[in-house]
Amino acid sequence: MRNLFAIVLLLAVSNFGFASESEGLIIHRSTQTFPEAMLALQTSIGEHGYTVSRVQRVDIGLTKSGYKTDKYRIVFFGKSNEIRAVKQSQPQLIPYLPLKIVIFSENNETLLVASNMTQFAVLAKQKGTKVLLERWNNDIHSIFSEVK
Amino acid sequence: MHQQYSRVALIAGLMLALMASALSAQAAPNGRTLYENNCSSCHGIDGNGGVGVPLSLPSFLNSVPDTYLEKTIRYGRPGRVMPPYPTLSDAQIKSIVAHLRSFADGEVPASLDVLVRGDIKRGKTLYAQNCSSCHGVNGEGGKGTGVTFSRPRDLPVIAPAINNPGFLLAATDSMIKRTLIKGRQGTPMISFIKAGLKEKDIDDIVSYVRSFEKVKPKTNRVKSKNELPILVYDSASDLKTTVANLKNAAAAENFRIIRVQDLEEGLVKKGTESNREVIVYFCNFETLNKVLAVDPRVGLFLPCRVTVVEREGKVQVMSINPRYLSAMYNNDELDKFCDEMYEIYTNIIEEAVL
Repeated sequence: MRNLFAIVLLLAVSNFGFASESEGLIIHRSTQTFPEAMLALQTSIGEHGYTVSRVQRVDIGLTKSGYKTDKYRIVFFGKSNEIRAVKQSQPQLIPYLPLKIVIFSENNETLLVASNMTQFAVLAKQKGTKVLLERWNNDIHSIFSEVK
Repeated sequence: MHQQYSRVALIAGLMLALMASALSAQAAPNGRTLYENNCSSCHGIDGNGGVGVPLSLPSFLNSVPDTYLEKTIRYGRPGRVMPPYPTLSDAQIKSIVAHLRSFADGEVPASLDVLVRGDIKRGKTLYAQNCSSCHGVNGEGGKGTGVTFSRPRDLPVIAPAINNPGFLLAATDSMIKRTLIKGRQGTPMISFIKAGLKEKDIDDIVSYVRSFEKVKPKTNRVKSKNELPILVYDSASDLKTTVANLKNAAAAENFRIIRVQDLEEGLVKKGTESNREVIVYFCNFETLNKVLAVDPRVGLFLPCRVTVVEREGKVQVMSINPRYLSAMYNNDELDKFCDEMYEIYTNIIEEAVL
């Protein structure tokens, strides 16, 4: 019964229209400037129960090496209990952990990009892991929808 | 029993709401909503472009018929970032096109499909003289995508790949001819009649462009589909030695080691991290700058990273597989980089595990 309810809810939510998803990529445009979008992203990640483990400042590295670039960062995040469980049970997924979202500025707007985690189900041998990948995917959509 | 009836009623209600919502969507597709959900992330909310080309230029919208836009959405541009949308209904695509039309006033050209019969051989010479500097020697188009890294913001478009099967399917001879005659104001595409060509010359160029249909496009995509998402190697050394070997091997390939950390770092309380999964991050900023120009969405590969994992005394080295990931981007130019990165990753890892 609970599973059926979850499926119905998922179908209902999917009708509201999130960021665009083209096979393996989820792309979302925020009309906020980069600093605002970055703040909203990190807040939303936290509100979904995840911890931001690190922010890779790609633009800083490029600028220090003499290249011109806009703001370009990668946000790594995860839930420690989930990451621990997956790396033990499904070590093949380790190269894709923690989760990441790429965020970069485009003029006065901001683009966010993430992988559709369900594509890595091919590596998951346990049914529970596939369900987890689907939930991660849904959470990424939900996080993006909050970065307007 | 009563509780069970309530649940059934709740689910039935949700189902009905869902069906009603789906039916209303079928009855009147909302072009603006569909555009915002499917297109705006690349082309911008107002069609001003970004990762995707700008769609709001009046000279563009006033020179292409609806059928061109509809087929472009349906079939995309294989290997040139724009994906196909096979699941959208015809009505949905038409509503998106109607929304695109709202970006600019002006006349919508009729969809004429009159075959142009020119001299292909002569057209090839004229193409080389007039078109190849922007559209490429073989019609492969300008390099890169997006205004962020690969395109100066004052240049509104990169030259399209006119040898692309998606373009050739969408564009009629009449449309190509009209574009050559009128040019596109606000882009580097000039009017070739004003530049001195005769109508016969333009017909010859159109026929040459149409002849690109006979050339089979090169793509890595079939190969990518046969790849697994990860590369995994067994190491002959212990974890600490393997990490050291990995750093040396990456440096030998001209990469800078930017960070070595436990996978759990930042996720758990400091000092409680497992030290059996160590990530080595490395980067070559020159290559990074080039690859971001090819596709700014490529950050999902970044930074370059290899993880050393120890399980019951056995050490493995793992990384993403760039060839597998490249298939996500529908970008032939990126595929070439990913092939190179695949070689670099395997070289580094093989060196480290020996």
